[in-house]
Amino acid sequence: MSGQPSTHATVQVKTERLLNLVIALLSTRMPLSKARIRAAVPQYHGTASDEAFDRMFERDKDELRELGIPLVTSVIDPVFDDELGYRIDKREYALPEIAFEPDEVAALSLAARTWTRASLAGPAATALRKLRAAGVTMDDASLVGIEPVVRTTEEAFEPLRRAVRDRRTVTFGYRKPDAESTTRRLQPWGLTQWHGRWYLTGFDLDRGAARVFRVGRIDTAVTPLGPAGAYDIPADHDPRGMVDSTQAPTSPPRVATLRVRQDSGNALRRRARLQAEADGLGSIDGWSTVEVDFHDVDRLADEVAGYGPDVVAVEPIDLRKAVVRRLIGVTGAGEPAPEEEL
Amino acid sequence: MNGSRRSPSESATTRLSRLLDMVPWLLAHQGVPLDEAAAEFGVTTDQLVADLELLFVCGTPGGMPDDLIEADWEDGKVYVGNADYIARPLRLSVDEALALMVGLRALATTPGLVEHDAVGRALSKLEEATGALGAPSSRVQVSIDDGARASVLSRARRAVADHRRLHLAYLVPTRDEVTERDVDPMRVVFLDGHWYLEGWCHRAEDVRLFRLDRIQSLDVLDLDGTPPPQAQPRDVTEALFTPGEEDLEVVVETDRAGAWIVDYYPVDRVDDLGEGRRRVTLHVSDPALVRRLAWRMGGHVRVVSPVDLAASVASGAQEALSAYTAVRSGVDA
Repeated sequence: MSGQPSTHATVQVKTERLLNLVIALLSTRMPLSKARIRAAVPQYHGTASDEAFDRMFERDKDELRELGIPLVTSVIDPVFDDELGYRIDKREYALPEIAFEPDEVAALSLAARTWTRASLAGPAATALRKLRAAGVTMDDASLVGIEPVVRTTEEAFEPLRRAVRDRRTVTFGYRKPDAESTTRRLQPWGLTQWHGRWYLTGFDLDRGAARVFRVGRIDTAVTPLGPAGAYDIPADHDPRGMVDSTQAPTSPPRVATLRVRQDSGNALRRRARLQAEADGLGSIDGWSTVEVDFHDVDRLADEVAGYGPDVVAVEPIDLRKAVVRRLIGVTGAGEPAPEEEL
Repeated sequence: MNGSRRSPSESATTRLSRLLDMVPWLLAHQGVPLDEAAAEFGVTTDQLVADLELLFVCGTPGGMPDDLIEADWEDGKVYVGNADYIARPLRLSVDEALALMVGLRALATTPGLVEHDAVGRALSKLEEATGALGAPSSRVQVSIDDGARASVLSRARRAVADHRRLHLAYLVPTRDEVTERDVDPMRVVFLDGHWYLEGWCHRAEDVRLFRLDRIQSLDVLDLDGTPPPQAQPRDVTEALFTPGEEDLEVVVETDRAGAWIVDYYPVDRVDDLGEGRRRVTLHVSDPALVRRLAWRMGGHVRVVSPVDLAASVASGAQEALSAYTAVRSGVDA
């Protein structure tokens, strides 16, 4: 974080300094002034000037807080003067006494392993290390035979996760599949993985409304704008619901009638309204009739067209037209199909 | 040696956080052999010794001998003392709490998981221990319920645990074909939105992944299902996304409406042709996949090569269109 080259010797000295600082601040009841801290930690003795010490101490403080150490700043003695002092509350510092049953440990261990291939692998591993240090016994116990893997391959994931965590406005470029990239400014609310893809929800400052973004479509670096804690996330924010609502149907399903070649259209047959159709009964001349429910005519047309000559849309007429439009598009004549949307 | 094999990239804060975990663990494991302690913290014994050397020059202000942490490892066994102020591990950071809690909540969405109760108890204990620090974890959510039937998932897992052979009717959508096969189950994996059963397939005589939502029926056979020794679990991300040597190289051209395919399929290269058009090279195990994609994309994805694949896309579309004329005349009659 300091931007200085971390040679072996400087890392060694700095680790000693930080450890002594942590112990000094934990072992005091009264907040320590900077002068007292400088005297108490031997590795500060060599600093050339007050300014050099100040800079070093400020950076050390930030890095300890970054590790999650609850370092608090307060007035040392309100009666006499307003000099600031520093300490670490021992009860706040320590992991509370915590005990887990073996089956809970197995669940925790699997939860941590979920991130093995993701940007949270490090925090997941150190979290378990802390629990073991607190006396939680973890052999190789895990839930047997099951292995969820969550990945965060998108470069934008980590900067977005920090922004969501810190409630910090960000800006990024976003490319919709059918359009040029545009620059967005967003107050991020949440990150949600749904059907294997990461979605970002938040308040779009330029559009003045809540929006959902596919993280994989962010095509620039994610840059923070302004300070942390800059906005509140609505208490009733339901990220999964928001992502769902961009795709979920709102009206009751319609029924499509399809003619399906024998031994084909298996995925369609599985959704058939009648079991006899699913089983391929009642076929005439190698073709059978199958009825399926659908919401989105374009989505079903995609699927039917994907079977090429093996599935024919009979009804309704808008489905037939949509399928025919696709097939004509393939043969090169006529207008192409409507564009995909998120 | 004296710790000279320390990783050069390790930062002071990474090392500090290890030391702060190491002290409480060593206090609870007095006399632990050096190599065992090193293994616990994932470091070499040289590094562990360097860490212990660092500990015993640190302590409470004053610098008198009784201020300093005691550390002794002379007989190859580690003893630590006089470290009261850091005798408890540091509380979980926001990121650490988030990693565990988001992971547990994801597990809770697993269909048919018999351990739901343990997951819930672990989660509420963590929530209590982390308090406000755990709050941001609710802003990251992972759903690992892909609609796979709970009964299929739980029976597949049960078969893994009990080493029973399975008989599957499995839909191969690229070939639009239901296949029957016997499988010795190895594990049940969730990756990129789907649950898979990994197992030794007796039909293919190789390790295969089966998507649970494509398993039409699953029967547990009264046969031992221990996979043969050559059945090694594969790196699932590799297995799903690395093209095999024998795979066919396909070149397609997309316009803006077809651009999304590079998000969906593992592609080898993408060349920009201008005006939103791209040339995309990918490897596929089955050309039928590309044929289906081209048909459904109605001209937004066009096959350039191999030429015979492009020709079969065109002739298939023609044949499909002629069927429409036939149906129409049937209706009119």
